[in-house]
Amino acid sequence: MSEPNQIPNEATPSKTAIWNDPTFRSVAFQIIAAVAVGWFLYTIFSNTLTNMDNRGITTGFAFLSNTSGYGILMSLIDYDPSNTYGRTFFVGLLNTVLISVLGIFFATVVGFIVGVARLSNNWMIAKIATVYVETLRNIPLLLQILFWYHAVLAALPSPRESYTFGESVFLNKRGLYVPAPVPEDGFGYVTVAFLIALALIVSVARWAHKRQELTGQQFPTFFVSIGILIGLPGLVFLLAGLPMSLDYPALTGFNFRGGIPVIPELMALLWALTFYTAAFIAEIVRAGILGVSHGQSEAAHALGLRNGPTLRLVVVPQAMRIIIPPLTSQYLNLAKNSSLATAIGYPDLVAVFMGTTLNQTGQAVEIVAMTMAVYLIMSLVISSFMNWFNKRMALVER
Amino acid sequence: MKRTLTIATGVAAAAMVASSAYAGTLQDVQARGMLSCGVSTGLPGFSELDKAGNMMGIDADVCRAVAAAVLGDASKVSFKPLTAKERFTALQSGEIDMLSRNTTWTHTRDTSLGLNFAGVNYYDGQGFMVKKALGLKSAKELGGATICLQAGTTTELNVSDYFAEHGMKYTLVAVETSAASRSAFDSGRCDVLTSDQSQLYSLRTKMDDPNSVVVLPEIISKEPLGPVVRQGDDQWFNIVRWTLYAQVNAEEMGVTSANADASKNSKNPGVKRLVGADPKNDTGAKLGLSADWSYNAIKQVGNYGEMFERNVGLKTPLAIARGKNALWTKGGLQYAPPIR
Repeated sequence: MSEPNQIPNEATPSKTAIWNDPTFRSVAFQIIAAVAVGWFLYTIFSNTLTNMDNRGITTGFAFLSNTSGYGILMSLIDYDPSNTYGRTFFVGLLNTVLISVLGIFFATVVGFIVGVARLSNNWMIAKIATVYVETLRNIPLLLQILFWYHAVLAALPSPRESYTFGESVFLNKRGLYVPAPVPEDGFGYVTVAFLIALALIVSVARWAHKRQELTGQQFPTFFVSIGILIGLPGLVFLLAGLPMSLDYPALTGFNFRGGIPVIPELMALLWALTFYTAAFIAEIVRAGILGVSHGQSEAAHALGLRNGPTLRLVVVPQAMRIIIPPLTSQYLNLAKNSSLATAIGYPDLVAVFMGTTLNQTGQAVEIVAMTMAVYLIMSLVISSFMNWFNKRMALVER
Repeated sequence: MKRTLTIATGVAAAAMVASSAYAGTLQDVQARGMLSCGVSTGLPGFSELDKAGNMMGIDADVCRAVAAAVLGDASKVSFKPLTAKERFTALQSGEIDMLSRNTTWTHTRDTSLGLNFAGVNYYDGQGFMVKKALGLKSAKELGGATICLQAGTTTELNVSDYFAEHGMKYTLVAVETSAASRSAFDSGRCDVLTSDQSQLYSLRTKMDDPNSVVVLPEIISKEPLGPVVRQGDDQWFNIVRWTLYAQVNAEEMGVTSANADASKNSKNPGVKRLVGADPKNDTGAKLGLSADWSYNAIKQVGNYGEMFERNVGLKTPLAIARGKNALWTKGGLQYAPPIR
């Protein structure tokens, strides 16, 4: 009895045409849109290739395995002109990563110090920090890079008249030369000692944390850790008979040879990026700290915590939740701003790969695409790391 | 559905735009009434703005001669200053009609960039410049030196070849423009400035103290510099090439901007053809130009020798002798096929 009735009941909705079905429509239109976008991109891509081919412009990635034939000022990996264009890509990439990592590190340190200083009760310190922030964040970055490079570094003496610090560190127009440590036989023990020290620190920290939870007694974890980190490898180093020598830079012919040279382009770019970005980070830190309700520090003070622990244990952990998201943007800016290196000749990815390699091979489309992909991937890595960090620092409600 | 249609129209439009920028450079230039010519960002004697804001130099004059031949007016040029890194892309993309920017003719550039070199307006070679105070006599003493140069040039490749050949080490500081390479050298960032020799003489005029530097005698490469056009437009290629040849032929036949009018009465049929005084002269028609194309170029810009002397010759601050750039009849390399 029920069955014949059910059939028309079920059939009733199917009277609606399929193109009026909301589910079908939403899925179908999304598929159409995706296909259209895909087709659009494909057309652009194949159009470019066909047109370049018609005009006799070489395409493809075969050039990456051709000999580059030009020198690069600074390289973190072995490189000489007999290497390939593909290797120039990695040389440029590593130089970009180097400046970004150093820049992010120093900008964070300077930014946090200045940000806290702006909130200092000491009138002088607070004003100096304010002047710093308002000056540096309002001058275009490119001008700051050119300032450090041309106005400051160019004023340094020539190699023969270098400033020297104890005849081992030299500073001149060509850069900063510091002695390079050269490990000798037996240095392996020091490395092992260092690793053991790291493991010890982790267990000490855990033990101290547990003890504090159980007994409420505090343990000077920080100073003990530093002691272990320096003391243990240092002791092994002495016992093993100082298995390390220093390679001092020396003036031979035109330039200094030996040691670790830090080229002026790197210094100028690093200072400019650091001080510029630090000004923004300082404001972010200030906003973060001010964003924590004043009642929190008053409560901490009422519990008997002094200023230092109040800041470290109560204010900063809460401020971090406000600080991290905009901080991520500053890190991304810094990484991308490092491409201004090309203005002073620091051999980063843009200057080396998108500059010289592009010009020698003429394969603009491939090279620009590769360079853009690198910055995209680098930014995505930074931002996913910061998102992970943000999640860890987020308020855990108990 | 409407959106899909919009996208499809957009794609079709993009496809059409991409394929229409072909050939017809002559028609584009005539329709615009202006020649768009790529030059350097500032190289005395080759292409540099003078105090009045006019682009001056032997490369700039090559553009002017083409404008005179095509449009009948040498002043109808819009100059686009380009760095070494920008120049080929600007030409490939159609932003400029021709490139006249002390550009070396090499195999790679001629075969893989979709470009053609239309001739040689200056035979150059790469040299080294050092401070006199160093007391160097030869480029072979440069082992271990720091070298400044302009990025993205043949210079970079030649240095590497030369130092490898002589087993010497060097440090390279590559900067964006030739002016930046000069200031880096001037400020002592490097020991050596290297570039085409003509450029070294040209940059020397801008040094704080031009007499404190010396150009070493070695020439380590061949650098034939000339105008460049897009591949696939033979008519335009011919126009640029034969305008330059007309100027070289004019010098050979003794036709100058001063006597171009008088030469119309010359008894030499070759001279009459060159200045467009031969009524049966169809050299212009074969290029798609008016009959007085070569007359205009010579009258308004001058012959090759005038161009050279005016911009880089002995009476200019660069003080470069004709040398390799003399006519073939005078022991140089400038040789143009006959116009007939």
